[in-house]
Amino acid sequence: MFKRIFSKQNRALLSELVRTDFKLRYQGSVLGYAWSLLRPLLLFVILYIVFVKVIKSGGGIPHFPTYLLLGIVIWNFFLEMTTQSLGSIVGRGDLIRKIRIPRWIIVFSSSISALINLGLNLIVVLLFMIWSGVDLQTTALLLPLILIEVYIFALGLSLFLSAAFVKFRDISYIWEVILQAGFYLTPILYSLSIVPNETFRKILLLNPMAQAIQDARYATITHDNLVITTSRAFDGGLYAFVPFVVVGVVLVGGLLYFKSQANSFAENI
Amino acid sequence: MADEVAISVNHVGKTFRLPHERQSSIKSVLINSFRGGKRTFERQQVLKDITFNIKKGEFFGIVGRNGSGKSTLLKMLANIYTPTEGNIQVEGKLTPFIELGVGFSPELTGRENVFLNGALLGFNHKEMEAMYDDIVEFAEIDRFMDQKLKNYSSGMQVRLAFSIAIRAQSDILVLDEVLAVGDAIFQKKCYDYFKTLKKNKQTVVFVSHDTGALQEYCDKGIVVENGSIVYEGPIDRVVNTYLDILNETEERHDEQTARPETDSSKDDIKNRWGTGEIKINKVYVGKEGGDEARSFKDEDSQIVIRVQFEAVSSVERPVYGITITDVSGQIIFQSNTLWCEYKTKDIIPGEVVNIEWIIPNAFNTGTLHISPAAADSVGSVIYEWLENAATFKVRKRQKSHGHINTTHKLNVTYEHDN
Repeated sequence: MFKRIFSKQNRALLSELVRTDFKLRYQGSVLGYAWSLLRPLLLFVILYIVFVKVIKSGGGIPHFPTYLLLGIVIWNFFLEMTTQSLGSIVGRGDLIRKIRIPRWIIVFSSSISALINLGLNLIVVLLFMIWSGVDLQTTALLLPLILIEVYIFALGLSLFLSAAFVKFRDISYIWEVILQAGFYLTPILYSLSIVPNETFRKILLLNPMAQAIQDARYATITHDNLVITTSRAFDGGLYAFVPFVVVGVVLVGGLLYFKSQANSFAENI
Repeated sequence: MADEVAISVNHVGKTFRLPHERQSSIKSVLINSFRGGKRTFERQQVLKDITFNIKKGEFFGIVGRNGSGKSTLLKMLANIYTPTEGNIQVEGKLTPFIELGVGFSPELTGRENVFLNGALLGFNHKEMEAMYDDIVEFAEIDRFMDQKLKNYSSGMQVRLAFSIAIRAQSDILVLDEVLAVGDAIFQKKCYDYFKTLKKNKQTVVFVSHDTGALQEYCDKGIVVENGSIVYEGPIDRVVNTYLDILNETEERHDEQTARPETDSSKDDIKNRWGTGEIKINKVYVGKEGGDEARSFKDEDSQIVIRVQFEAVSSVERPVYGITITDVSGQIIFQSNTLWCEYKTKDIIPGEVVNIEWIIPNAFNTGTLHISPAAADSVGSVIYEWLENAATFKVRKRQKSHGHINTTHKLNVTYEHDN
């Protein structure tokens, strides 16, 4: 089955769709592709000034600027991938109504565009790490695994959202609100130590995004005790596996829903 | 090999659910479910119990009126829609051309679009590179390949799309009226491509209204009417059945709505122009012997067109004429009293002149428009021109291309120089 999914033709189509996406993104701008690096860089500078110099929300965490940036980069990837995928099926309606291509390729290609951006952003983070003198931990080798987890979580959601959006156009507004709430419920801009209620803190850490971002920070930037990860909060208990179960359920649920809807996309768009 | 089935369609039906109020927001779903949980929608059966087979190497035609369900059928063959009932089995790879240039993006250059469109048709980058030069040459737009598609004329876009499309190597091609695009020279290329397909015994499913093209290329076909197959068989019979259906519906329509005599005074003034010394009152179309008619078959040897002119001011020896055009506006026939060397009388205000043209029914199948006119004695000042004042239709069973279709004889002799 895997061989059929990644047949020569499907790979060619995928690469062409991703290429087109990328070409069209900076269409008409003078700096063109340079914006893919310049944009995150400039955003980081603003966040650095606001949160490190003005608000000082670090709470004593070592290398807080890079800590902050890594969190934002991972969250932005999640946000970009889900929002782009959400409208991808409807946006490619002309293709779906007139040609037979595997529907999942459309969602997959927008996820790859998001992955490329993640890669570029991580380069910027790496530059920041070197510049601010972070000792790269050996546990940084775990980072790809953590990113794969985020990707799978986002993919499950993307499949569900893109299929549901065909029938219910409200989904895009609802998802926007959920993302906004999620952004503040996930310890991205603040340190978890400022959350006084321990139960509440634990609940926050059951969210796969919180778990992944905290683990990524722990793995790459610092093992300092102030970095509260899910497994630290639950002391290695069974609850620490809840985020992984959530990711698995979301992926399977998303796949099944997408598959059940895929055949009627052409009629419903 | 010859009798192997390429596509087999078994008792296929398709029903669309058309909600009365479009349920595209969660709120409306919630509100409606509170109102007793009934979601009102209409079931529209577009196709019912369709069964036919297409053999390998066949050039198969599907014909039907607009709204007969043939496009839905085509989309199900292409696996874009799934049948509500029955099943469709396709042997081998099927490439549909519901529309040319699917996925073309106006912001990309011609070259980039070629690769994108190629990928959608199932080619990889390397294969596309190999045939890129051929595509550009065939489309005749060499100089424009690095310009954005939005700067192309629509003809250029279509030519580019067609040039990519014909590279598609597939077991079965499905073509939906992608012909009749581009200028005459390019159209000839397209027809040549069709001939090549036929020669190479390529399996093709071809949907068209163009009965001429259907008869020229297809071997077999079906006629779809109101969601069912009304005829399946050799293409000549298919085309005749289709033309009969068209005729019947038109006659029914004519009986209900139009009277053969047109009272031109009520007509829209938009299609009327001239200096106004003479006005046209009535245009009559009929058969020989006086029957008013709008539709003529092989048996009807003459077409009678009678026009009533009325003088508004005094005019010396005016010229009266008619022009018959086809649907595209091309002149098929033109006649007037001057060319017929008929000396007309001077007329005074209120005087009415009836002129009858009796024309042999030499026209080919199609819809024809009559535009009567009156002009001064040398035909240079138009007093009145009534554009498309009346319409009539011709249906010929005799197969023919072109504007003229009359009964003719054929003499064949063979010579040997020995």
